[in-house]
Amino acid sequence: MHGLIHESGLSEILKMKQNILKQLLNRPLGFTCIIILAIFYLCAIFAPFIAPYTTSEQNLKKSYHPPTGIIWKEGRLHVKIYKNIDPTAAKYEYSFGNSVPIHFFAKGYPYKFLGLIPSDRHLFQVDRDNKIYLLGSDSTGRDTFSRLVYGSRISLSIGLIAISITMIMGFIVGGLSGYYGGKLDFFTMRIVEFLMAIPGLYLLLALRSALAPYFDSAQMFFLIVIILASIGWAGTARIIRGMSLSIRSRQFVLAAESMGQSSIIILFKHILPNLTSYLLVAATLSIPGYILGEAALSFLGLGIQEPSASWGLMLSQAQNMKVFMLNFWWLLTPGLAIFITVIAFNVLGDILRDIIDPKMKA
Amino acid sequence: MTEIIPKNTLLEVRNLKVHFPVLTGIFRRKNDFIRAVDDVSFKVDRGSTVGLVGESGSGKTTIGRSLVKLAPVTEGSILYENEDITQMSTKSFFPYRKKIQMIFQDPYNSLNPRLTVYQIISEPLEIHFIEWDKTRKRKRVEELLQKVGLESKHIDRYPHEFSGGQRQRIGIARALAVEPEFIICDEPVSSLDVSVQAQIINLLQDLQEELALTYLFIAHDLAVIEHISDYVLVMTKGKIVEQATAESIYQSPQNNYTKSLLAAVPHLSTK
Repeated sequence: MHGLIHESGLSEILKMKQNILKQLLNRPLGFTCIIILAIFYLCAIFAPFIAPYTTSEQNLKKSYHPPTGIIWKEGRLHVKIYKNIDPTAAKYEYSFGNSVPIHFFAKGYPYKFLGLIPSDRHLFQVDRDNKIYLLGSDSTGRDTFSRLVYGSRISLSIGLIAISITMIMGFIVGGLSGYYGGKLDFFTMRIVEFLMAIPGLYLLLALRSALAPYFDSAQMFFLIVIILASIGWAGTARIIRGMSLSIRSRQFVLAAESMGQSSIIILFKHILPNLTSYLLVAATLSIPGYILGEAALSFLGLGIQEPSASWGLMLSQAQNMKVFMLNFWWLLTPGLAIFITVIAFNVLGDILRDIIDPKMKA
Repeated sequence: MTEIIPKNTLLEVRNLKVHFPVLTGIFRRKNDFIRAVDDVSFKVDRGSTVGLVGESGSGKTTIGRSLVKLAPVTEGSILYENEDITQMSTKSFFPYRKKIQMIFQDPYNSLNPRLTVYQIISEPLEIHFIEWDKTRKRKRVEELLQKVGLESKHIDRYPHEFSGGQRQRIGIARALAVEPEFIICDEPVSSLDVSVQAQIINLLQDLQEELALTYLFIAHDLAVIEHISDYVLVMTKGKIVEQATAESIYQSPQNNYTKSLLAAVPHLSTK
């Protein structure tokens, strides 16, 4: 009978585990985070369709243009037309009654849908001679909204790619050193401690500047991912090592050993599945770190280079004194986007941990 | 049982020592040893059950583990069918991993919670019968489930759906899967209720008769040991202090430790 409490507790926990997603969606906060992140990632995937302009399309007559107002007129949405009244102070004024209609699913610049199907349809467009600036324009008249949407591709994917490298490295190094123990464990953990002792930002800067001459802008994206991941795996490896150390002494691992199972299979069949819940939570909680890392690098001018867009790069352009003095708030929207993404991932990670934690105790 | 099966030695342990180093200081020097098993010798006859009894920390589990190389042997030798297996390489020891199986103490801990019953029981089959296809393995697992008193429809369930006794039956089925000769039962009933204990012990005895198995039965409960064993080893502090047949241990214990162990058995439960 004594097993009964244990029993019902465990089965409950396992049932819980089976529908993490359902649980997540049942919590208002979790639901909100999932929806926000889903919207962001969908925007990133369908960026060319959603963005009305390319990242480099300039209009020097409309620098620091404020966000264009949208009005309802003649049975459809119209966008207001502004006149530049003071080019020195970038002052624009809406001349009353002057507007052009927004065309949905209209033709614009050509692109490849999902990188495969050639298309030139966009979610919304206005006439060629006018511009729609949902979030204003920057110093060269490029559309901030379009750049934000394109920039999300880099800023959002960098976290996912880096985290998969981190988790794989962390699992292999941590799992092996925890499982085999002894000298291997000793040496790998000293390497990990060495990596953890180096202040991350300086290592990042040093690696970036050492490697800079050999790479062009396109390769830089991958370089940054690799730099970020090569610093980040140490902490993960350490925790996984501790967990695999404790799992390896559990009797089902001993049972597998006693029947002659090979170490690699034990690692993947017995240890990895019992780490998944931890890996899931850890991954969710550390994605924001990578997003911020990329933003920091790009902000310092060491990350993504013009004319590509990333949120950090856009923020670095907003450092201009003019932006603050003349209150061009729309240029700070990438900061808001970073803020929302980071908060959403952190809250999501917290909720995931809440849902999964009892299992880890069991 | 000794009349049916010819009495020959299956396993012999000679002067077995298992010492674990105590590492101290930042240089992790070996200053001292914990003598978990200290100069132990015994024999296990084919078809018999040898009970190994002792208090917690007496080294009985370590003996069981060192037989299958889960604990390092410091000194001494282990002979299986007169073959010294102590210093064997992993590769040459491999066939013995089929012949010798283990049943573990904690049924909540000895089954991987992420695997189904089929995956758990078929694991030794995958290692030792690589050529078998899935239908054959499934059939074998179903057969084993019935043999240990479970139903074959339980095959795709997870361990958490079973009670402690049922889980231990799964553990037994896993040990039986590759048709072993010798099973080390490492306190297989200590974490079960008394009523379930009796069921499991009866199952083990039935299986022994049916499959001509040899057991090394480790327990700290003398009542259990008396019930199942032909021969009993009493262990304390890494040494065997008394070994004799089950009856003579219970009727005329020689060693003081054995006497105190027997005195500690609550009387209502023994008779």
